[in-house]
Amino acid sequence: MNETAPVETGFYTEDMTISVGPQHPSTHGVLRFVVRTDGEVINEAIPDVGYLHRSIEKIGEKVTWHGYVPYTDRADYLAAMFANQGFCMAAEKLGNVEVTRRGEFCRVIACELNRIASHLISVGTFGQDIGAMTPFVHALRERETINNLMEEICGARLTYNYIRIGGVGYDILPETCTRITAFLDHFEPLVDEYNRLLSYNKIFIERLAGVAVVSREEALSYNLVGPNLRGSGIKWDIRRDIPYSVYPELEFEVPIGGAQVGKLGDSYDRYWVRIRELHESCKILRQCLKMLPKGPAIAKVARKFKPPAGECYARVEAPRGDMGFYVVADGSEYPYRVRIRTGSFAAMSIIDKLSKGIMVADLIALIGSLDVDAPEIDR
Amino acid sequence: METKDIYGRLEQQFPGKVADFKGDVQEPCCKVDAQAIVEVCRFLRDDPGLKFEVLSDLTGLDWPKEEKIQVVYHLYSYAQKHQMVLKVDLPRDNPKVATTEGVWKVANWFEREVYDLFGVIFEGHSDLRRIMLPEDWVGHPLRKDYVEQEEYDGISTQRAPLVEKLLR
Repeated sequence: MNETAPVETGFYTEDMTISVGPQHPSTHGVLRFVVRTDGEVINEAIPDVGYLHRSIEKIGEKVTWHGYVPYTDRADYLAAMFANQGFCMAAEKLGNVEVTRRGEFCRVIACELNRIASHLISVGTFGQDIGAMTPFVHALRERETINNLMEEICGARLTYNYIRIGGVGYDILPETCTRITAFLDHFEPLVDEYNRLLSYNKIFIERLAGVAVVSREEALSYNLVGPNLRGSGIKWDIRRDIPYSVYPELEFEVPIGGAQVGKLGDSYDRYWVRIRELHESCKILRQCLKMLPKGPAIAKVARKFKPPAGECYARVEAPRGDMGFYVVADGSEYPYRVRIRTGSFAAMSIIDKLSKGIMVADLIALIGSLDVDAPEIDR
Repeated sequence: METKDIYGRLEQQFPGKVADFKGDVQEPCCKVDAQAIVEVCRFLRDDPGLKFEVLSDLTGLDWPKEEKIQVVYHLYSYAQKHQMVLKVDLPRDNPKVATTEGVWKVANWFEREVYDLFGVIFEGHSDLRRIMLPEDWVGHPLRKDYVEQEEYDGISTQRAPLVEKLLR
């Protein structure tokens, strides 16, 4: 719990500066904090990022439009599909390419499967970070099935390079559709099992309720996006509010935090939003499989793709929130500038503020609940 | 609100400080005078009809031919569901602009990134350090004329092509 009042002991205590990371098991990739503590209580935790900086934005200026798609995979390797889609949407807007209808549905199917996989990692590792080993193994077991399905769809298990400018690389076969349905039938009841294992676990709730509360105003000012924003009670989802692809035709709800156990916007609310999004993704997948139209999966796009000069900002709702691709074209074979704005970047910048006065162990819960992903911060 | 009307409000509020509105493109945008950017941003955030409570993105663009660096602000309003793009032109040899950290907190990190990769100085920023690259890195990689240093801390940044390596 968030008991931050300093205890008056009469003893002189000195602040201790410790370094958490960059190779700490609970930092979700390579990132580091310089933590100044007074005993167990954190005075300040300064994030030190950049260990995974691969200059993906600069690479964008040196490769062709089609050739850049595999690089976007690496921006957030837990949710590669969304970065693919974001970049392709920006390129399509610039080049005036119409995506085929079947292509759009294939995209949504692949993306929602990817969202489930990403949330499973997030939820599983979150449990593991604060001491619950078992749910992690269960979550990863289901993710493995999704990886198999992904391999069937596009031949890769992690960095897909599936979504191309104009549609998708490969059509989804009817057999795969059957297997996805079978997976959903198997998976949906399992979410309740996770809830029994983790979400309703008394220790888990006590660890998270009321910890690191993000108010509505803070969430907006720090531009938190995705489940972190919804955890603070703001109903905002790009899929619903700035609709793209075929999302307007699909029915789904946007879950928001409701102060289930503690205060609105605490770590548990953010976690709970992700659990409920698993159900919503399943719902979307079932509708898509039913509606999947016939036709080509990719539109005809010139090999030497040369969109006219201009600029465009495309947003997609990735598992870690609003992912923005700001792409500038100058009419040549190469993008003039590609800017990737990711959800974890903003989530990471708020940690400094939230960590003041919490316990060292709560810092780990905070990182997990914000679902920060190091490759996505550094790009 | 339409972007055109937002620009109208800005023109009325800050005569001479905003210019060059482009409305018939993918992302309608306008240019803002570098001296006025903080006032303009604060007005856009606080005005009840505009309510731009979110800074979606802040980044830079390098235009060596025109000798300028642009800082681009993508604003969004959840309440009104409208967006606006602001651009500030800065001279390439001495890019300096006031920080918008006081308007949106997230600008702190965005500006650090632009400082790191473009070398734009944000005056009044509370913590203007490099964010992605090491403190002692030379140059700003996203500038178009950036040349990579040959080695960093005794480690070579060049690599022989793989084929040559195999033939050796």
